[in-house]
Amino acid sequence: MNQAQPDMTEAQPGISGAQPGTSMERANIAFKVNGAAVSVCVPPVRRLSSVLRDELHLTGTKVGCDAGDCGACTVLVDGEPVCACLMSAASAAGTVVTTVEGLANGRLSALQASFLDHGAAQCGICTPGLLIAATALLDSKPNPTEAETQDALGGVLCRCTGYRKIIAAVMNAGRFASELSTDGAAPNPPAGTFSPYSDGEKGQAPAPASPSPRLSRREGAGQHQPKRLDLDFDRRMPISGHAVGSSPIRLDGLPKVTGGEKFGGDSFPADALAVQVVRSPHHHARFAFGDLDAWIKAHPGIVGVYTAADIPGKNSFGVIAPFADQPALAEVFSRFRGEAVALVAGEREAMLDLDLSDFPVRWTELPHVLQPCEAQAGGALLIHENRPANLLTTGFVERGDPEAALAGAAFTVSGAIDTSYVEHAYIEPEAGHAYMDGDTLVVVACTQAPYMDRDDVAKVLALAVDKVRIVPTATGGGFGSKLDVSLQPLIGLVAMKTGRPAALAYTRNESMISTTKRHPAEMKATIGADADGRIIGMVFAGDFNTGAYASWGPTVANRVPVHASGPYATPNYRAEGRAIHTNGPISGAFRGFGVPQATIMQETLYDELAEKLGLDRLDFRFKNCLRNGSETVTGQRLESGVGIAECLEALRPHWMRALVDAELFNAGSSTKKRGVGVASCWYGCGNTSLPNPSTIRVGISASGDVVLHQGAVDIGQGSNTVIAQICADALGLPLEKFRLKSADTAITPDAGKTSASRQTFVTGKAAEKAGRALRETMLRFANVSEKAVIALDGASLVIREGEATRHIDLSTLNADADGFVFRAEESYDPPTLPLDTKGQGKPYAVYGYGAQIAELEVDLKLGTVKLIKITAAHDVGKAINPLLAEGQIEGGIAQGIGMALMEEYIPGRTENLHDYLIPTIGDVPPIETILIEIPDPEGPFGAKGLGEHVLIPTAPAILNAIRHATGVLVTKIPATPSRIRAAIRDKGARR
Amino acid sequence: MIRYAKPTTVDEALALLGEASWRILAGGTDFYPAQGAKPFRENVLDINGLAALRGIAETEDHWVIGARTTWTDLVRHPLPAAFDALKQAAREVGSVQIQNVASIAGNLCNASPAADGVPALLILDAEVELRSTAMVRHLPLQKFILGNRCTELQPGEMVTAIRVPKNAATGASAFVKLGARRYLVISIAMAAARLTVEGGNVGNAAVAVGSCSVIAKRLLGVEAALRGLPVDHALATAIRSAPMDELSPIGDVRGSAEYRLDAAREIVVRAVLDAAGHMPTATVAAA
Repeated sequence: MNQAQPDMTEAQPGISGAQPGTSMERANIAFKVNGAAVSVCVPPVRRLSSVLRDELHLTGTKVGCDAGDCGACTVLVDGEPVCACLMSAASAAGTVVTTVEGLANGRLSALQASFLDHGAAQCGICTPGLLIAATALLDSKPNPTEAETQDALGGVLCRCTGYRKIIAAVMNAGRFASELSTDGAAPNPPAGTFSPYSDGEKGQAPAPASPSPRLSRREGAGQHQPKRLDLDFDRRMPISGHAVGSSPIRLDGLPKVTGGEKFGGDSFPADALAVQVVRSPHHHARFAFGDLDAWIKAHPGIVGVYTAADIPGKNSFGVIAPFADQPALAEVFSRFRGEAVALVAGEREAMLDLDLSDFPVRWTELPHVLQPCEAQAGGALLIHENRPANLLTTGFVERGDPEAALAGAAFTVSGAIDTSYVEHAYIEPEAGHAYMDGDTLVVVACTQAPYMDRDDVAKVLALAVDKVRIVPTATGGGFGSKLDVSLQPLIGLVAMKTGRPAALAYTRNESMISTTKRHPAEMKATIGADADGRIIGMVFAGDFNTGAYASWGPTVANRVPVHASGPYATPNYRAEGRAIHTNGPISGAFRGFGVPQATIMQETLYDELAEKLGLDRLDFRFKNCLRNGSETVTGQRLESGVGIAECLEALRPHWMRALVDAELFNAGSSTKKRGVGVASCWYGCGNTSLPNPSTIRVGISASGDVVLHQGAVDIGQGSNTVIAQICADALGLPLEKFRLKSADTAITPDAGKTSASRQTFVTGKAAEKAGRALRETMLRFANVSEKAVIALDGASLVIREGEATRHIDLSTLNADADGFVFRAEESYDPPTLPLDTKGQGKPYAVYGYGAQIAELEVDLKLGTVKLIKITAAHDVGKAINPLLAEGQIEGGIAQGIGMALMEEYIPGRTENLHDYLIPTIGDVPPIETILIEIPDPEGPFGAKGLGEHVLIPTAPAILNAIRHATGVLVTKIPATPSRIRAAIRDKGARR
Repeated sequence: MIRYAKPTTVDEALALLGEASWRILAGGTDFYPAQGAKPFRENVLDINGLAALRGIAETEDHWVIGARTTWTDLVRHPLPAAFDALKQAAREVGSVQIQNVASIAGNLCNASPAADGVPALLILDAEVELRSTAMVRHLPLQKFILGNRCTELQPGEMVTAIRVPKNAATGASAFVKLGARRYLVISIAMAAARLTVEGGNVGNAAVAVGSCSVIAKRLLGVEAALRGLPVDHALATAIRSAPMDELSPIGDVRGSAEYRLDAAREIVVRAVLDAAGHMPTATVAAA
């Protein structure tokens, strides 16, 4: 059973492969795309998005939801923006269609250039839709207002940027029209060599399988990208030695604005089998399969069905090996709604016409628990037999005597906060393909953690790790969820079993129901201060709903107690974080690992405590914040680099101004009230008390390029650029000489996962060390001192020391197997110490700090919130690339806004992007960023991590501002209009 | 083999509708989301070839909106101030991308309790024109939508137009949508109001609320309370104490039932005051 059927593997896709009697007749449909006449033969109701991507290979048009909820597929049809996923091929007949690939006409359009210049594209998955929607706007209004820009782009969701740079890029696009039309020499050298993927997997991965006969159908597609569209565009390349601290255009930016970037679903081989996943419709069920062979035979074009019985290795994966518990395909029982139980593989056209409603699986629904309190109740069913009381694990930190301290406190406050499941909602659903290259399984997919993917795939499929190659594609947002494997073992299994490439792109629904979420938290805390307003004690307890499988639950349980004090000196402290299994969605990593939830608890209590003390809320925080020489709640003495006081100090003028503004407004308004809130964050960079090394390899090629194996996966945050900037200055060569190789596990050493705000710090440090080592190697070769200045001039290495100049012709040197004439490889692992039974130790080598002010207006009658401004001060140690740092801050704030005000994932109810709401371009107010640079002695060039910090203060600052405006604290998050209004009404009733 | 047809005349379309069961494809903005990733198993009648059904015309007694008219078409078409609420609602249907293709009739046929177009059409006393090979009939909108995803459309019939009686296209109107975010949002509640003013007092008042009952409702008690009142803030006072028995909201992820009732009354006040010209235009309360 479940082997590829020999007679089926030869089956040709197309009409003959489809089930007669069901599918619709194909028709020839002709239209114009980007100026070229095209004709396709497809069923007339085929979505235009599918026609563009699958028939014409115009994969710049993205599919994020297939329902008009995200706008990623926006194209122009006869000049008007429409969602290509909602338009039939028949409706496109005779029209003129413009896709992102058609925007550049020999050179970047002004808008594309403006997007690059402003850093308006991060991961880039929503960029094509935004560019198209904005192009339509600019055609009619060349100088749009902010409101017009928001109205025009309101239908395109972006999860990375926070939209502010997009708004600026569109409003300022006109500037680039004139700049780009100026004739003359390019101010900077051509930069076509900077695409990090130009020499990565595409150059070296063997071509998967044989070409498909279907290729012939696709001829004439507008596939090719003209080269060097950015010839006359200023990439702001820094001169040698000045890369750190400058903001060059991101090195991987160009394909993000041309549609050329290849994400997980953009490079499926033409002859790949399509894969669909059969998933549990129940929170908890027993299941059994019927006659799978008969079902396969009854469905022409289906090649095989695969279940847990077909998994050759250990059917249990997980990001933390001792807790690994998740089957790739469930066996007998499914523990959550959306869990994969079987795979169906077949020819693409047959799969498009496959109705899984007759798939032979019998479900027996079983009792389920969705709330931690139910899961902990006596007699509750055990979701995993080896985990009593459904307790996955507990994290614990204790210092001093918190009970005695609170008993002796002049003032104490207590409270409880509940938060909800939050969905990552990256605009790119998981996608990828797999194929066999000899005896090596190659998985080409979006990811945040290629080496972890490799190890889990190898384990599940019983392959040696060196027989699994993970080739990361561009990743259209991750935010923590793409750390766990999703489809990698599934498509790997199909490729192994059939010997054919296997491709799968999750639907939006599938992505939402099957992948991880932010943990819902039920938290309680008490905080006490002495009469002078000094914090003297805190106790915190949080239950975190970790769902059906472990994923990153242990990390959340451990990180929360370490951070729940906030960046404040808390001499007496106890915090416990518990990860509790339920039959809910799996909770895993999401930007902050539980710290954003815990910070809501602590920072809202701080406002109440300041009020009791009669202290200004900012002053109160300033008085208590950690300083150089402070000890943290884990007893770690922070010798230097503690920047929270500087962050709060930088906010002070904004705070004073905002309070006055709110007071003035409120004096004249009774139905709407303004409020101002502040909250802080601190966050340890890297794994908690566990090794997490990064390795960087860099070398000089015989042709005079610096080749950087950049293994820190760039999911939009900018590591391709930042790691190269660090390496460039350590090496002493200009950034423009760098060529990047991707995080392909076959060619690039492990730089660890893109997680825990660790890449700039940990991989950056490895890149700094590797850059210095490579420099040292060359200087030694030339027999010159450290003072020498090096340069690359074509294939010559130029070395100057004092009056002497030497030219070394690199082409005369022996190149090694990697093509290097000089090379270096260095690793870095942050020095940490384990936590003892009381959670005392040195869990992190580096912390980052920040604080934010939220200003907003509450409509008291409707409970709606209008954000007015967020001011964010973040201590990044050293801003390696200030523009990218700002982008991280704005994007994190947008996610914090969503968490505070609208995001609530409910299994079975909000499994799409119209019921699950994330902020649109109209929901993120102006953001003022203040970068604070208090160098860290450990970080590269003093840099600290930033990626997660930025989200942490936003939600508590907003909740504190709502409380300031209305007098009520909403204790169930998100603070929806309904909940805010209920709290206001309750307060009125209590009077 | 399932069938697909794209007729170019209404008669041809009606003949096809008479001979088989079809799912109608117009703008596609509800058709495709409902389809999801499932394969097609129904005959599809693509009415996008029916040029006659797109556009807005004026007869002696009616404004006639062709069934395929898009929300963008409507926004761009000059119409009396009574249509302002409908135009404001049009700008809140999904996104610009949706408004460019989604048809007005499709919004009615989809029969969602949260259909953005319905309250603004209700206050215009809109009628739905249904045609089959056998007959043409006109139903008041209230009688066309029967429930959640349920209409009076009979086998063999299709909606060909929405008609607004000219005697209802008088006065000024306004629309307020309440949602949890600025764009692309399904409303928690929405209100449309149209007032005519005679000698400084309210002549006729038409008020409708959506998302607070299975079918959007005209609020007859509110309308009665408004008639004859001076056009000032007395209107708000009257609405705050008027009966709204028509509403029976559910509690869901977007808001509790209690909240919806409370908020509905507030946005009715705002829509009425806006229509009365007392307040600047503010179509989305969440903004």
